[in-house]
Amino acid sequence: MGGIFNSSVGRKFAMALSAFFLMIFLVQHFAINLLSVFSADTFNEASHFMGTFWVVQYIFQPILIFGVIFHFVMGMVLEIRNKNARSIGYVKYNGNANSTWMSRNMIYTGAVILLFLGLHFYDFWLPEINTKFIQGDMSGTLASGEYRYYEELQHKFVDVWRVALYCLSFVFLSLHLLHGFSSAFQSVGANNKYTKGLRGFGKAYAIVIPLGFIFIALYHHFN
Amino acid sequence: MKLTLKIWRQKNADTKGKMVDYPIDGIDGDMSFLEMLDILNEDLINKGEEPVAFDHDCREGICGMCSLHINGEPHGPDKGITTCQLHMRMFKDGDTIFIEPFRANAFPVIKDLVVDRSSFDRIQHAGGFISVNTSGNTIDANAIPINKHDADEAFEAATCIGCGACVASCKNSSAMLFVAAKVSQFALLPQGKVEATERVLNMVKQMDEEGFGNCTNTGACEVECPKGISLEYIARMNREYLAASLKG
Repeated sequence: MGGIFNSSVGRKFAMALSAFFLMIFLVQHFAINLLSVFSADTFNEASHFMGTFWVVQYIFQPILIFGVIFHFVMGMVLEIRNKNARSIGYVKYNGNANSTWMSRNMIYTGAVILLFLGLHFYDFWLPEINTKFIQGDMSGTLASGEYRYYEELQHKFVDVWRVALYCLSFVFLSLHLLHGFSSAFQSVGANNKYTKGLRGFGKAYAIVIPLGFIFIALYHHFN
Repeated sequence: MKLTLKIWRQKNADTKGKMVDYPIDGIDGDMSFLEMLDILNEDLINKGEEPVAFDHDCREGICGMCSLHINGEPHGPDKGITTCQLHMRMFKDGDTIFIEPFRANAFPVIKDLVVDRSSFDRIQHAGGFISVNTSGNTIDANAIPINKHDADEAFEAATCIGCGACVASCKNSSAMLFVAAKVSQFALLPQGKVEATERVLNMVKQMDEEGFGNCTNTGACEVECPKGISLEYIARMNREYLAASLKG
């Protein structure tokens, strides 16, 4: 068992496991963000709960950060190994004849998502860490006594360039997921009579979730 | 048909190669691609030039020897065929055709368009076999009841001719479709169960040692495979490998 992650099959298995974890997290993140469209109060309550509940903060959050770093590092490791497997490339290579653009460019769509995560951490995560753990303010409220989360969210989406960057990043997230969703199942050996349906569901997931995030960003920009 | 061929020429494994242009005329649509190359070589020999080296044997799509990368695809623009089954009717008068060897570090070029695919043989040696009593008490394979579905699946996997198009088409030079077919053709049958654990572990280990890349499930191998070997076999191999790893 120990040597499993030193093999090509094992590395892909590990990559798929981290992908499953991140895809589940994405749904949870989307669900909470969507609350902000329907009810500022509910969004505030949910955000405060996620931001102060110790299980989320001290168990799930470190696992999430590890999952993101692991997925990126493993992706880079696989990419480097794969590039090294063909030192001399083809003069003419017709990739479109046998595979999708998304499947051949996961590393590039992934790199854009990573850059976006840098911006997202700068926008939301670092200020949260600063407020809660450096300034020691766990109240989650403004000077007025009201919850600050919805207010901060709307403030961030005032800038049109930030909104544009977010929307563009979600397009790349969609492209990444259009291949990544079904690829993760294939990597863990799940290819059977349900695969066709799963691929359809994967495509829907890869379009609906990023589109939903785009909608939320635009909603707050125009409101 | 009048064509321009751009062909990879490389004197031997130790020298650098380059693309060389060869105009060719009088090509008929009913000719096979290899017959077209035969005509080119006859012409080169008549001119006192070195003919283009390329692999071929049965010329009926069975042996898996022909290995050309034509206009950006292994075995050319047609699907479900080997290079020897490719006909010139797939091209138009005036076309330029790029002809290159299969590219992968695990398939080093020997000369021109000929590559060394012995890495596949070493993977087979690592586990692509079953133990059979040959001392006179051999059980007739037909006497062992096998589920029809499993027999069909095993047979489908066994149609892999080991041509290497999967490696050539994969952007990662992954050999997983080949290895998956070889693992599955035994794993599905009772005779192959005895060494199932060792087989998949040893064949994957050898595949990695040969320097093939990782599968990223692009599906290019399945599309370009002349025998239509399905990605389902890679998923099966992944399952076999994970189960074997847990057994230790």
